[in-house]
Amino acid sequence: MAEHTPRAPHHDAGPHHPHVVPVPTYVGVFLALLVLTALTVAAARVDLGPFNTPVALAIAVAKALLVILFFMHVKYGPRLNALAIAAAVFWLFHLVVGTAADYYARDRVNAEDRPAQPFVLEDD
Amino acid sequence: MSEAAAGQGGTASPPVHHPALQHHFRDLPTQQDASIFGMWVFIAQEMLFFGGLFMMYAVYRAVYPQGFAEASHHLDWRLGAFNTAVLIGSSLTMAMAVHAAAVGRRKQIVTYLLLTIALGSVFLGIKVVEYADKFEHHLVPGAAFQFPGAHAPAAEVFYSLYFAMTGLHALHMVIGIPILAVIGGLAWRGRYGPEYHTPVEITGLYWHFVDIVWIFLFPLLYLIHG
Repeated sequence: MAEHTPRAPHHDAGPHHPHVVPVPTYVGVFLALLVLTALTVAAARVDLGPFNTPVALAIAVAKALLVILFFMHVKYGPRLNALAIAAAVFWLFHLVVGTAADYYARDRVNAEDRPAQPFVLEDD
Repeated sequence: MSEAAAGQGGTASPPVHHPALQHHFRDLPTQQDASIFGMWVFIAQEMLFFGGLFMMYAVYRAVYPQGFAEASHHLDWRLGAFNTAVLIGSSLTMAMAVHAAAVGRRKQIVTYLLLTIALGSVFLGIKVVEYADKFEHHLVPGAAFQFPGAHAPAAEVFYSLYFAMTGLHALHMVIGIPILAVIGGLAWRGRYGPEYHTPVEITGLYWHFVDIVWIFLFPLLYLIHG
C-alpha cells in the first residue's frame, strides 16, 4: 500500500486552500445582494406582462450564484463541489420539464385516451 | 504542508498529528475536502427536497394565476423584504465567522456566530408575527379559512403552499440555530483555527443554503404581480 507516498501534484502545488477570501469581497457580495433585493421589489411593481416572474427568477438566480460562488466558496474550492450542484440542477430541470410537458400535453391527446381531468380551471 | 515533511525523510511517518485528523485520512486538507463534498451532496438532496414543493407551486400557480396573485397581496411584502435583508445579513456574518476561523481569531468566530444567531432569531420572530396575522385573518387553510372574493379555493391552495414552504424553511433555521450555538461553544474553547475549522465551514454551507431558499421564496410568495 502506497497511501502515504505523495500522489500527483494535486496537493504539492502551493498552499492547498488559498481561499481565505478577503473581507471586502464579502462586504461587496452583501451589498450586491441588497441591491438585487431592492431590484426584485422594484421590478414587481412594474407591469412586464408575462415577464414579471421570469425577471424575478433571473434576479433570484443571480443572487443565488453570488452566495454559492463567494459565501459558499465554490469559486475557490474543488470542481467536485460544483459538480454536486450541477447534478442537483440537472435533476430539478428533469422534474420541471417532465411535469411541464405532461401539464402542457395532457389536454392535447385524443379525448378517449385522456385520463380524468385532474384540474378544474377557474377561468375559462 | 505535511507533504514537504514526508518528502524530506523519505519515510512515510507523518510529522505532527493534528488531533482532528481521523486515521483514515492522509492529511487535514484531504479530510476537509471530503467533508465539504459530503455537505454539498447533502445540499444537492436538499435542493430536490425543496424542489418538489417549488414544482407544486409552479403547477398550481399555472392553474390558478388570478387566485395566487390575489392571495399573495394579503402578505406584507415589506416584512418579506425586511426578512430577506436580515437573512442576507446573517449570511454575511456567517461568512465572516468562517473567515475569522480561517485566520485564527477565536473571539471573532464566536462574535460572528452570535450575530448570525441573533439575525436568524429576528427572522423567525418576524415569521411568528406574520403567521399570527394569518391566523387572525382566517388565512390558515382548514375549516376556518375565509377569503373575500371569487378565488377562495385557489387562495386556500396558495396559503397551503405558503405554510408548507415557509414552514419547511423556518424548520431548517430552527435546526440551524442550535448547531450555530454548539459550533460557537466549541470555537470559544479554541477548537478551530487556520489549520482546522471544517465544522464552521460546513455549518456555513448549510446556513447559506437556507438563505438561498428564501431568496427564491420571497419573490414567488410576496411579489406576484397582478
